[in-house]
Amino acid sequence: MSKVKVKKYSNFWERNRKSNGYLLRKTVLGWGISICRFILLFGMCFLILQPIFNKISVSFMQETDLYDPTVVSIPQNFTTENYKMAAKVMNYSKGLVNSLVISLTIAIVQITAATLAGYGFARFKFPFKNFWFACVIMGILIPPQVISTSLFLSFRFFDIFGIFKAVTGSAINLRGSVLPYYLLSATCMGLKNGLYIYMIRQFFRNIPKELEEAAYVDGCGTLKTFVKIMLPDAKPILTSCFLFSFVWQWTDGFYSDMFLGNKVLVSTALTRIVDTLGVIISKYSSVQTQVSVAYANCILSTGTLMIILPLIILYLFAQRGFVESLSSSGIKM
Amino acid sequence: MKRQKNKLAGLQKRKAISGYLFVAPFIVGFLMFMVRPFFNSLYMSFCKVNTGAGEFSMNWAGMFNYNYIFKVDPDYSRLLIEEISRMCIYSVAIMVFSFFVALILNQKFKGRALVRAVFFLPVILASGVMLGLEENNSLMSNLQATVQTSVEGISVTGALQEVLRTAGVGVKAYEKVFEVIDNIYDVAISSGIQIIIFLSGLQTISSSMYEAADIEGCTKWESLWKITFPMVSSLFLVNWIYTIIDFCMRSDNKVIDKIQDTMKMNLDYDFASAMSWVYFLIVIAIVGISSLIISRRVYYYE
Repeated sequence: MSKVKVKKYSNFWERNRKSNGYLLRKTVLGWGISICRFILLFGMCFLILQPIFNKISVSFMQETDLYDPTVVSIPQNFTTENYKMAAKVMNYSKGLVNSLVISLTIAIVQITAATLAGYGFARFKFPFKNFWFACVIMGILIPPQVISTSLFLSFRFFDIFGIFKAVTGSAINLRGSVLPYYLLSATCMGLKNGLYIYMIRQFFRNIPKELEEAAYVDGCGTLKTFVKIMLPDAKPILTSCFLFSFVWQWTDGFYSDMFLGNKVLVSTALTRIVDTLGVIISKYSSVQTQVSVAYANCILSTGTLMIILPLIILYLFAQRGFVESLSSSGIKM
Repeated sequence: MKRQKNKLAGLQKRKAISGYLFVAPFIVGFLMFMVRPFFNSLYMSFCKVNTGAGEFSMNWAGMFNYNYIFKVDPDYSRLLIEEISRMCIYSVAIMVFSFFVALILNQKFKGRALVRAVFFLPVILASGVMLGLEENNSLMSNLQATVQTSVEGISVTGALQEVLRTAGVGVKAYEKVFEVIDNIYDVAISSGIQIIIFLSGLQTISSSMYEAADIEGCTKWESLWKITFPMVSSLFLVNWIYTIIDFCMRSDNKVIDKIQDTMKMNLDYDFASAMSWVYFLIVIAIVGISSLIISRRVYYYE
């Protein structure tokens, strides 16, 4: 025992000589690799984070600082005026509440439907199962833009087998209401819904069959087994899908623009922020003025920060939920 | 005996029915909001669509829309070619980058969790409308153009580019590589999910394989090609398809912008359908052919 200990703590150079220089080479190589790795990763992390830092520093600057070449990243005249302006331009408080409600409810509806479908695909044998699952893959592959034209019109003149037309004389116009989007989400056709079905199915497939069979033997029905046995097991993947659904809905522009166009949402407000800013500025000053590029950019940065702030907070707390369960679910073809 | 068989068939039937019930929302949605609009928009792309107050009508027009978008529309064919070539180059770049980063992140070092969190951040922050926000309005794009011309000669990679260019080997190929390197930020922020998928694959490879290879005298480089590569090759397929699909849905995709504008500003539903169908067919063809080629080389370890 003591002999081993002595060997372990003996002189580095002595040990190196004994191994014919192998130890030195190995240590130097190891250090070299970790230094290279550090530089590389630091650079890439900086690359990803730099725009955010830049936006933070710009958002606290007064307009004079933006033109001052001596001010680079630390504002000379510290101000929170930009935040007030951006909030006003984006109608922030209303948009925040709307976005929160819509994202939450849509995420719940989407994940409920996707869980049901994913469980069905993973655990039951029924005719044409492979065909329907191929349809799920098709749903992922077909970009929503292809069907958007037709979908747009079909909700403009919405009708189920001509029932409404027979009763009221014309098809109902669902455009401008939020109903179509909830309908889409509830039937697994919303934003990236196929992906959630796929992920949840993949997870359920890995749960041992004996668990389910034991429940059946003990007299659990299909629904009860699903709710009491399977759902608690699937918590990590469901959280992960829920978070993704929430976040992607929060920042989504395409569906929001198409179906929720007249609702004040933070994501759609952000895309229009510069134009709205111009309108507001020219309303205050009687003369026709144009917003300077620097100031518009500053407000844009501030607005972006205000929108991603809730997401960053969410990410800080639920980072494990985002990453870990996704990597453990074992996505395979 | 016969009775028991019947009972089994009954159980199977019950299970099949409950299976269908679980999947029912999806089937309904797929038929109503995917299949129907899908063929409807195909039909619409061959028609002249008139929208009036409260009604719309479609008249068969043959190939008129397709002729129009390629021959009359000034932007569409140019944008299409630009976007498709950009998609191919960037998808390859994203695959290489994400595989490389996943390899690094799979090693053990201090602060790994932090680095992983940072690399995954863009999945959340650079999704949806956040992408291409700076170029989305006319003010910014003008500014960007002037900035680009004024800093042309002073970029860090510029000198290197000059050296390689004067060497005169495969100038065109280098240009594309430079373009990707200049836009490495774009590549980095769109490869979050791919990194995670690769990482999950790398973690399933048992370390005993590497140990065995090490004892047999394999270098690290060899075991990368002989062990790591085949073991994650199926994930290359998944990632490749995901990358292309993701690229199609990005909000800074100019073809999509064009389609949206045609549909919502000009209310030309027919042209928009034709445009999106051409785009879709090209993308599907690329996905199909490339995944066929990749799947030939995929090695399934079971």
